[in-house]
Amino acid sequence: MSCWDVVADYGLRSLGIGERLLPRDDFTICKQVVLIGSGMIWNVYFGALALVSGFFLATALAVGKASHNRLARKASEWFIFVFRGSPLFIQFFFAYFLFLSLKSVSPMFGAFSSAWLGALVVLFLNTAAYSGEIFYGALLSVPKGDVEAADAYGFSGWPRFRRIIWPTMLRLAWPAYTNEAIFLFHATTLVYFSGFPALQQRGDALYYANYFADKTFNPFVAYPILAGYFIVLTLLIIWLFGAINTRLNRHLPSERRARVRYRPNLMR
Amino acid sequence: MFSFCTDPSVLSTPEWFACYLTTGKLMLFYASFGTVLLLLAITAPVALAFGFAGASAARARFAPLSWLGRLYIAMVRGVPDIVFFLFFVIALDQGFEYLRHKIKCPDWTDPIRQGSDFIVCPAAKLPLSTSPQIWHEIYGFSLAVLTFSIVFGAFAANVLYGAMRAVPRAQIETAEAYGMSHRQTFWRILIPQMWVYALPGLSNLWMVLVKATPLLFLLGVEDIVYWARELGGAKTARFTDYPHGDWRVWFFLGLLVFYLCFTRLSEIALDRIMKRLTRGQATMGGEAQRKAV
Repeated sequence: MSCWDVVADYGLRSLGIGERLLPRDDFTICKQVVLIGSGMIWNVYFGALALVSGFFLATALAVGKASHNRLARKASEWFIFVFRGSPLFIQFFFAYFLFLSLKSVSPMFGAFSSAWLGALVVLFLNTAAYSGEIFYGALLSVPKGDVEAADAYGFSGWPRFRRIIWPTMLRLAWPAYTNEAIFLFHATTLVYFSGFPALQQRGDALYYANYFADKTFNPFVAYPILAGYFIVLTLLIIWLFGAINTRLNRHLPSERRARVRYRPNLMR
Repeated sequence: MFSFCTDPSVLSTPEWFACYLTTGKLMLFYASFGTVLLLLAITAPVALAFGFAGASAARARFAPLSWLGRLYIAMVRGVPDIVFFLFFVIALDQGFEYLRHKIKCPDWTDPIRQGSDFIVCPAAKLPLSTSPQIWHEIYGFSLAVLTFSIVFGAFAANVLYGAMRAVPRAQIETAEAYGMSHRQTFWRILIPQMWVYALPGLSNLWMVLVKATPLLFLLGVEDIVYWARELGGAKTARFTDYPHGDWRVWFFLGLLVFYLCFTRLSEIALDRIMKRLTRGQATMGGEAQRKAV
């Protein structure tokens, strides 16, 4: 069986397409690379969707936390505190069992107890809280002069936020937000190790890596393959976010541009 | 525990909870909170030591040692920490057994890796299959502590390496001008000044460490997550060992609240330490404190 056959059989295994049975013996390097890569589909799915949807809630949370309205401020503060103050691992467990209990109340929640939706909701809320805190910090450091200039030009309300405050906030927050994105993708590996079951063994990359490590009792092959995939993914994120960073900073002289620096302080 | 628990009529009354919450199994659950605190108490200093060694190695003038330090610091970049957790637990276990095998059974000729098996001589097994259960648990826990220390040591090394570079260059140059050797400069000038710069990063690391403790469950230790899953759930859907349905959601709500309180308390304590340490420092924080008085 050549490696291309393996790709055809297992390339989309994590989505339930192709060979149903996972390999039970003869664990070739090719099989491990293909199956773990197939699992990466889920990591990218969870990470990308949670990041994009979380971005909007994060902006709302940042504005809420900085607002003068007591109700909006307290609500945002509590939301951010709950999701940043507790481990994501426990949040996954709690959410899974919560959805499971709700399922017995109303069948509407059936989809939530499977990973593709339930875990996505948790990751969405979680990343919104972490990014919201980053955006809030950036919102507070928007230069006063920028806002005053906007006032002088007759901007107010929504146009002022949309055209002046928000772009500056994004520009200031972007280096930290890049780190948040990297760690969000890393956090997606927790999904199938918390309560959420991998139906029909359709798991993510770590799920398959763990499967191989357990079967062969040899951690020195499967985990480095997984590490390689994640390093590539991390480099891709850094490249993409770096391009956006350049665009956000395009009006500034080059020495004043914020550089994206890796800081591992946003883990969950 | 309470005498009224022997009376079946309490089953329908609120007092039943007093009986339920003091059963032996629940006691094991409470004790596992101690496991978590013990892990934190051991891991924090050990990880700090690992981090210090890594950061010092990265600064070494001997190139291979410096590369080793930099590699250790770079290790946690790009790869999820949970991968390291799962990797190190097996890798360390096999490493220890391999070493003991080489020492204790030098005339053993069979290969250790036979297909999908890892076979060492019985005398090299860790812990020995004849040793009591408690040693198996202690060994599992120590492996978990070592794994945590290695991973968080890499984070700490990153923080300390940054802090060492944040110490003003003029300080080092002055020390060199006074004729101090490289070693003297390191221990007498660099290290004492480094901590103020390292503290924000280290307190962040502490919060991350607190929030990483539930991962103990993945390393096979019977921690709070394990017991919450065991006790809350029904053994089978219909015939349950426990007089209640699926209570796991409540158990995990409890854990959530526990962690929220824990991180909040740590935050308050770390804030106080930071205030205390910045007092009188020539930094913006110290200046703000001086003006406020």
